[in-house]
Order: sequence, then C-alpha cells, then structure tokens
Amino acid sequence: MGAAIYICGSLLTCGLALLIAAPFSLAAAIFITEISPKLGAHLIQPAVEIFVGIPSVVYGWVGLTVLVPFIRDTFHAPMGGYSVLAAAIVLSVMIFPTITTVAADSIRSVPVMYREAAYGLGSTRWQTIYRVVVPAAAPGIITGIVLGLSRAFGEALAVAMVIGKTRAFPASLLYPTNNLTAAIAADMGNSADGGEQNLALWSMALLLFLISMLFIVVIHGVSKKKEGTVE
Amino acid sequence: MWAVFFLLLLLVLAGYILISGFSALQPGLLAFNKNGIGNQFFDTVYLVFLSLLISVPIGIAAGIYMAEYAHPGRTTRFLRVSIEALSSLPSIVVGLFGYLVFILMTGAKWNLMAGAQAVSIRSLPLIATTTEDALRALPHSYKEGSMSLGATQWQTIVGVLLPACFPRVITGIILAAGRGFGEAAALLYTAGQSVNINWSNWNLLSPTCPLNPFRPGETLALHIWAMRTEGSLYANSTEVANLSAAVLILMVFGFSLLARLISRSLDKKMAGQAN
Repeated sequence: MGAAIYICGSLLTCGLALLIAAPFSLAAAIFITEISPKLGAHLIQPAVEIFVGIPSVVYGWVGLTVLVPFIRDTFHAPMGGYSVLAAAIVLSVMIFPTITTVAADSIRSVPVMYREAAYGLGSTRWQTIYRVVVPAAAPGIITGIVLGLSRAFGEALAVAMVIGKTRAFPASLLYPTNNLTAAIAADMGNSADGGEQNLALWSMALLLFLISMLFIVVIHGVSKKKEGTVE
Repeated sequence: MWAVFFLLLLLVLAGYILISGFSALQPGLLAFNKNGIGNQFFDTVYLVFLSLLISVPIGIAAGIYMAEYAHPGRTTRFLRVSIEALSSLPSIVVGLFGYLVFILMTGAKWNLMAGAQAVSIRSLPLIATTTEDALRALPHSYKEGSMSLGATQWQTIVGVLLPACFPRVITGIILAAGRGFGEAAALLYTAGQSVNINWSNWNLLSPTCPLNPFRPGETLALHIWAMRTEGSLYANSTEVANLSAAVLILMVFGFSLLARLISRSLDKKMAGQAN
C-alpha cells in the first residue's frame, strides 16, 4: 500500500476544496472589482484580507465542533461525520480569501482601455467581464488558484482535526481517510526515531516539500507567460 | 449579491467563534495556571517576540540587499525565487525542519527558542519582501539628494531611506507578528505541547521561569489542537478550546487592523506630500 492512501487523501481533499472554492472566489473577485468597486475596495476586500490571517487551527476547531456534527446528522455519515467532505469544506473556506484577493488584484490591474474598447464595440457589462476582463486577468487568477491549492495541500492541523485519520481509502465522500500532512502531524511524535514508520513519515515530508516546490515552479511559469502577453 | 453572502458567512463564522468563546467565560479559564489559558497566552506573545528578534534584523537586511545592492542577474533571480519558495512552504514542513535542526541536531528538549526560530523562518520572507518593496517605492530624489550631499551609500540607507520607509516596514512586521500568533503546525515538534510556568520563579536558567527561552512552551493555537487530542483529560476542554480560539482571533484581528490603520495614515501622509 505504501503512502498511496495518504497521497490519494491529499489529492482528493484539495481537489474537492478547489472545486468548491474557485467558483465562489472568482465570483467574489469579479463582484468586488467590476460590479461594486466602491463597496469592494472599502468593505469587502479588507474584510476578506483579514480572514486570510485567521489561524488554520481555528478553522479546524470550528469544523470539528460545527461541521462534523452537522454532516453526521444531515447525511447520516458513518464514523460520526469525520469525512473527506468535512476536510474539503474546511479547506475551501480557508483558501477562499487567498484566491479572492489575488484574483481581485489581477482583475483590477487589467487596463481600463480593454473595458472601454469592449463597451465601444457594443458589449454588455456581462459580456465585457467574461469575454474580455476575465481572460485578460487569467494568469493572475490561475496564480491565485495555485496559491490556494498549495495552501490547502500544506495545511496540516485543520485537516487532521476533521478527516478522521483512518488508514483506508474512502468509499465515498462521507467516509474518513487520511492525508500526508495529517499523518505527519499526528504520528511523528509517536514513532521511534529511525524506525520504519518514522523514516516513512520523513519521506512523506520530503514528498510534501517537493510538491510545494512544484507549485512555485508552476506559479513562475504562469506569471512569466503574463509578462509575455503584456509586451 | 451572493458574494455578499459569502462575506456574511465569514462574518457569521467570526461572530460564532467569538460568542461561543466568551459566552462560557469563567474567571478561572483566564487564569495563569494549568486550568486557565493565561500561560498559553503569555507563551504565544513571548514566542512571537522571540521570533521577531531573529527575523526582523535578518529580514530587513535581506530587503536592503535585494533593493539596494543586488545586481539584476541570475543570482538575484534565484534569490527571489528562494524567498518566494520559503514563503509558501507548508508550515508542517518548516516545523519538521525545525525539529530536525533545532531539536535533533542540537540534542535539546522541545523549547520556545526552537519554536521561535521555526516561526521566524515563516515570517522572514514577508519582512524581506515588504522592506524591499518599501525601499523601491521611495522617490529617487531621496537617494539622489542624500548622495549629492556627500553621504555614502550606507549612510544614505541608514540615515535617509530606512527612516523614510519606516512605517511600511513596521506594517510588515505587525502583519508577520499577526501570522505568528496563529502558527501551530510549525510549533508542534519544536516548542512542544506542554507548559509549566512558575510565576514566582525569576531565575532565567530554571526550566519553570516564564522568561527562560529554553523551556518548553505551548501556544494558544497548539492548545486548541491539544484540547482536541488530549481533551478527555480535561473536564471543560471544549470551553477552553473555544475561548482559546476567540482570544486568538481577537489577537489576529487586532494586529491586522493595526497594520491597516498604519498603512492608511501613511497613505494619507504621502498624498499630502504630493500636493
């Protein structure tokens, strides 16, 4: 089996979290930059930015005390609500502010000319947004999404609190599983130095490190492309 | 309108944490002993203070180097990517690095200093980039004026440029401190999960002295985590964790509001100068 369960758990929770958070973040970013810039700049964006700073343990704790019982009672999940779904929702709430701020900054930096040209050609506001502004800001939006993904991937304690930490592949989204970070956070202290489990955990940490390096490379590739199109 | 809905959700979340934290408040829960969270609160502040002692000088020096000395080229680009990579490392990886280097390699027990070093790794890139950005944002005339009066480059940096961008650097430091408060995964295997403070013991070398940086120390964020894993050992673990979360959120909100206020007053001042 090796670390397949943990890798699969990480991919599953992060992928699902991204699926939940990305549309909301994009919509929020469009709202605070294009639809209601005044409200967005003075109220919503500062509020969202403050939420970037909420410690992840707090998200995990709220997930544990609110979300897990809710999933248990609503979906009658086995294992008392500890599930992939709970982890994904906690992660999505956590990365929503990150993606929104980066995406909003990149939409805001699209030159006004682009919008004026689109309006000049007779497009409606909605057409301008989704045909011109969003494609022009795409590299920045993708950077935000990758940043959010890397934050979700590296998150340890919040996920460990709600994922259930069972060493099994989840049968459905309502089943518990485990992921790389939660396993490291929970088991590193219990395993003897130099033992097989200990070494396996260090290897998983190395894997985590390499994956976060990969995210950096991807972000750099995307932003380089952005510079290319502006010139 | 449903972006507003998401904002409301966040506000409800914060309100829920604060209300559930303070509604069950008993005087004993805030005490500076093993039943209250006072010791954890002190540890959090002290640990962030120690980490800033390390990361502020190094971060500012790195920012000065990147803005004033580094020549554009391959090395500088590599440094920039490194700083960026450092800032996006998962905190558990930083924690394991700290465990490996500051605990296993030194043969020490879990201690606050190791935790502070791990947190300073997390806050270094933020302080370095804000310093660099602040220096770059200064008008060229500052530097030219100082140079033409015969100041050396170093005198220009220390006497003119750094004071001019001081508020921005402070903003960056406050943001870094606010992030440090919530750090948990990086402290799990560096600062440890136990706290044993004797408030009448002021011998710095004693392991129970509050100010001894080489004693184990649990922070508020780790306390929440510990309440979940060892919660059955305590009767009111839920209330303790709720309260810890509420206090933590207040600290984080307070610090980011402070940073925002400083940068706003700075913007006003700058706008005034331009006119």
